Amino acid sequence: MSRMIGVDVGGTFTDVFVLDEVTGTAEVAKVPTTRPDQSAGFLDGISKHTDDLSTVNVVVHGTTAGTNALLERKGARIGIITTHGLRDVLEMRRRDRPRTWGLRGDFVPVVPRDRRLEVPERTLADGTIRTPVDLDAVRAATRTLIDAGCEAVAVLFANAYANSENEARAVEAVREIWPNSHVSCSSEILPEIREFERFSTTALNAYLQPEVSGYIHRLGHALSEGGFGGEFMIVQSNGGVMGTDTACRLPVRTALSGPAAGVIAAGHIARMAGFENVITGDMGGTSFDVALIAEGQSQLAPQTAIDFGMVVRTPMIEITTIGAGGGSIAWVDKGGLLNIGPESAGSTPGPVAYGQGNTRPTVTDANIVLRRIDPDNPIGGKLARLDVDAAARAIDAHVGAKLGLSTTQAAEAILTVANSRMAGAIRLVSIERGYDPKRFAFMPFGGGGALHTGAMLKEVGIGRAVVPRYPGVTSAMGCVIADMRQDFVQTINSLTATLDTAMLCDVMQRHADDGRALLDAANSRFDARDVIFELDMAYVGQTHTVSVPLPVSVRDGTVVAPDIAEVEAAFDEAYKATYGRLLDTGTRRVMNLRTAVIGRRPKFDLTTLAPKGGHVDDAVTGKRQVHFGDAWHETTIYQRLALPVGAEIRGPAILVQPDTTVLIDPGLVGRVDACGNTIITPDAAQASEV
Amino acid sequence: MSSDIDPITLAVLAGRMEQIADEMDATLFRAAFNPIIAEAHDASHGLYHAVSGDTLVQGKSGLPIFVGVMSFAVKAVIDKAAGTGALSDGDIYIFNDAHMGGTHLSDMRLVRPYFHDGELFCYLASVGHWHDVGGAVPGNYNPSATDVFQEAFVLPPVKLARGGEMQQDIIDILLRNTRLPQSAMGDLNGQLGALDLGVRRLDELLGEYGADTVRAALDALQDRADALMRAELSGLPDGRWQATDFLDNDGITDTALPICVTLEIEGDRLVLDFEGTAPVTAGPVNIALPTAVATAYVAVKHIFPDLPANSGVMRPIEVRVPEGSLLAAQFPAPVGGYTETILRMIDVIFSAASLAAPERVVANAYGTINALSIAGKRGNGAPWVMFSFYGGGHGGSIESDGLNHGNAPISTATIPPMEILEAAYPVMFRQWALRPDSAGAGAHRGGLGAIYEIEVLEETAEAFLFGERGRFAPQGVSGGAPGAMNVFHYEQEDGWKAPPLASKMVGIKLRKGQAVRLETPGGGGYGDAANRAPDAVARDVALGYLSAEAATETYGPAWQEHTS
Repeated sequence: MSRMIGVDVGGTFTDVFVLDEVTGTAEVAKVPTTRPDQSAGFLDGISKHTDDLSTVNVVVHGTTAGTNALLERKGARIGIITTHGLRDVLEMRRRDRPRTWGLRGDFVPVVPRDRRLEVPERTLADGTIRTPVDLDAVRAATRTLIDAGCEAVAVLFANAYANSENEARAVEAVREIWPNSHVSCSSEILPEIREFERFSTTALNAYLQPEVSGYIHRLGHALSEGGFGGEFMIVQSNGGVMGTDTACRLPVRTALSGPAAGVIAAGHIARMAGFENVITGDMGGTSFDVALIAEGQSQLAPQTAIDFGMVVRTPMIEITTIGAGGGSIAWVDKGGLLNIGPESAGSTPGPVAYGQGNTRPTVTDANIVLRRIDPDNPIGGKLARLDVDAAARAIDAHVGAKLGLSTTQAAEAILTVANSRMAGAIRLVSIERGYDPKRFAFMPFGGGGALHTGAMLKEVGIGRAVVPRYPGVTSAMGCVIADMRQDFVQTINSLTATLDTAMLCDVMQRHADDGRALLDAANSRFDARDVIFELDMAYVGQTHTVSVPLPVSVRDGTVVAPDIAEVEAAFDEAYKATYGRLLDTGTRRVMNLRTAVIGRRPKFDLTTLAPKGGHVDDAVTGKRQVHFGDAWHETTIYQRLALPVGAEIRGPAILVQPDTTVLIDPGLVGRVDACGNTIITPDAAQASEV
Repeated sequence: MSSDIDPITLAVLAGRMEQIADEMDATLFRAAFNPIIAEAHDASHGLYHAVSGDTLVQGKSGLPIFVGVMSFAVKAVIDKAAGTGALSDGDIYIFNDAHMGGTHLSDMRLVRPYFHDGELFCYLASVGHWHDVGGAVPGNYNPSATDVFQEAFVLPPVKLARGGEMQQDIIDILLRNTRLPQSAMGDLNGQLGALDLGVRRLDELLGEYGADTVRAALDALQDRADALMRAELSGLPDGRWQATDFLDNDGITDTALPICVTLEIEGDRLVLDFEGTAPVTAGPVNIALPTAVATAYVAVKHIFPDLPANSGVMRPIEVRVPEGSLLAAQFPAPVGGYTETILRMIDVIFSAASLAAPERVVANAYGTINALSIAGKRGNGAPWVMFSFYGGGHGGSIESDGLNHGNAPISTATIPPMEILEAAYPVMFRQWALRPDSAGAGAHRGGLGAIYEIEVLEETAEAFLFGERGRFAPQGVSGGAPGAMNVFHYEQEDGWKAPPLASKMVGIKLRKGQAVRLETPGGGGYGDAANRAPDAVARDVALGYLSAEAATETYGPAWQEHTS
């Protein structure tokens, strides 16, 4: 019982990271993702390194099952029961539109109007019940939805955040009749003010429940069949893990499971390498995803829209995505301007060089034409070789001819514009939020990011890049590292002057108790347990709230309540930090309480992954001509995993490993650190030559 | 066409400069105190030409109408500076005069000349909708105003900063003329912060690439926008097309006001001529000329959504606005209801353009902002005002049915959640729903409008509405039918009443338990209703978007065979 396994199922590959806690060794595997049922690939990946599942004590899974079901609209047939007069809230959204310009497009909600039924009931904003819920009407609506073939149902009542009594009574009546456990209500899932966001999150949760819980049960069953007797956990969008029971109850919290795990791993790797501030860049087939970790903390966003009108409000790691991936298409518009994306060839048909039917040049095609990617040994192992000539012809036809550039000039132009857009995304997450990117390290991961490291250093002025030892399986590694975390919210909606601190303390205590119970149930080992309380607060009249950390202690499991003066002081401090000044005559209001209960899981020592011995010269596999700037350079190729700790490689150089190509541009130097990462910096020794 | 810049540098600089404007937007959204900027993003930033004031680069996240209107604000400052002869590094002008800078008086404009190596390189500007700028009505939406002085205080372009030195006198005047000085000061600081950031970013960019290269890129981007627009226009047939629609009234006299456009395409040029449009009105549905030109830009960009946001696209377009019309109102004619008028301009441009290029154009959206406020005093005497705009249906297009319950084409603002309104004000929404039978019929029908029924929970209250489309429905295109008209009722002891001017009324007295009911227009339909697939009609009936009777009357009985 000494092994931990992280499994990340992505769109193309399923990545597995196996850590042996006793020997400190790690193994990785990459197998094709199976669709529609991802569990086959999951089990296939685990079996690559693990015959006997009884030696495994933890399996943690980052999954896109929920994301895909949402994006492809393949969730369950569900119904909702809602307040009289409000059946259309889900469809009316917040009166937005899909795109600013053009006014085209419509919206199809996941629950069609004829399965959104109204019942007499009404609670007012202050929690007063104006109309008690009509339970006969609830039962009649329930039967109608059962007859309509619904697999799950959500009860969505107005102002249920302020008083959940009507919802609770309705849910009880529904559960007496409903044939399965997929019954939920908005005050259970998200007791927070804002009806559209609460209804949408609850409805999407119900929409995912049958699918995701079925998937998790299938996996759990297969794992036990194989002899597994340990803890099986799922990564949430907030970067923490949860037990499978919680995941089956709250599948909507998995919406960004995989990418979140990648950011968690990146933070850990960077910290071990000595960098508390890091900007991650995950380059995939269609997008470049950027996240920022400041002082070791990843940033959380309160909500996200999975697609137009499909809002999920639950804390998630903030990831900014731009449409510049390896498969993004380069094109010249009618005004003669070179553009990259947003259209993408993805991984199917993929770049022109893949020979699978795409004829328009992509970013990857430019990297191939310039030989930064080796056409004879493509990564991923799907194709035997890449068609360089086809890529060159496509670049000539669609870019070179239109701009009067040679093939290599056009390919460099494509990379310059793509790099500029990627650098723009890095500026966006850093400068626009008040962080100076020069104080950060850049960490590329995913298949393609490490080809663009030098450009990011140059464009943004970042001093160094950290390329993880296994950039292609970062998300799977993050599964093994992530803490266990549960988030809770409750709308309070009170002026600070009249805040009922006893009531607030009761809610805090309930959150802490519920969170602790979930940690206990996980049967996992924790180095530490933390409870973090925050209030969303604002001045009366403001709609945007400020997150106010509460300096509250939990002693022997009992929450010590803050007094009003402490709440006000905490708000003033947080407000001043955000806006620079206070409003002397403003009236302060507490909108929501947010609680995070975190079980810190043991972190493994990354130096166990580091190379043992070896010599630089033995890692050299050959040389080839690679194009940088305006010339071809003879470039040495290394087997990256064979490089010893302390090795220094001067650019131009290319480091290859099974799932990634790392480019060291001329004028840069890469050093292998104690954990096996490659730290890329400007080369002082070469500075005078370039 | 500038050719002294290589295409790669140009593509990179295009992105960098757009990012500067975006970053200025983000800075103000984050720092603004008032929710109209912070939440509804009623603001905009950009870079403007040193001589002409033309828009060079504009942020992507600002309000669409500002993209065109800001160059007039900058031009007003250029003219003022030329008259007074002094412009130096660190000067910042401020003004809200809508007759010089377009839109309405709530929009406060800051314009800052940007100098590089002692030479004027371009202007940076910031506009944001302040919460209150004086006048007769808090929030400045006064449907009975007959001149601008009843709408707000009027500030012509004056120097807020001289050579980097803030003029406290100006700030004192500003803050003494608003009901919400704290909010105003917060917004002003946010706008100044955005301009500072723009200066820093431009310094970096010009340091990196050199002023000549950046100037060449700006010129080239204008030229390319011009070329793109011409390429689009060349793809359309030559000809003249005419469309007319009407505003219900001006809020004072119940007379319909025609808005007319003749759209003429000749080769790669477009003329939009508004001859035939009603003269200036006593009530506040007038707009100033800059607003009219900017609106033409908004309409054109909706028809060609991929065009860049710079004034190069307007070079091949001529906008003719007849003197004396309500589209070229002179100071001090009231302009507070400008939103209604420019929505109607967009509607007629769409209708005329649909005759030239039906595949390009969506049918009319709901076409009214429906500014509804309900106000009163609480039991403890504290006053309250609930003010919001309400949504409606979008038009059908060649691609799909119109969007149900969308926002206005001139804006990207979202509606506050019902629960936030109920928590903040003594009201309860009896209904917040889609409005069946409101969509304009068509091969692709319009989107549905909405029904909002709002009950007052305090002893007394007063309601005010500034809306339109109560007498004239949003039009379909390419044979599509019109959507339903705007309908407003208010409850009194002897039953439901309708305002004499349809969608405009002040001072409606309500008592506890009484309600107002707003039913907003649906969008117009696209294409002939006879071409709508019967199973799509059957689905609309099954979902309750359409009553069975209306379905049969509009689309014929064929749908009945498709019910499951």
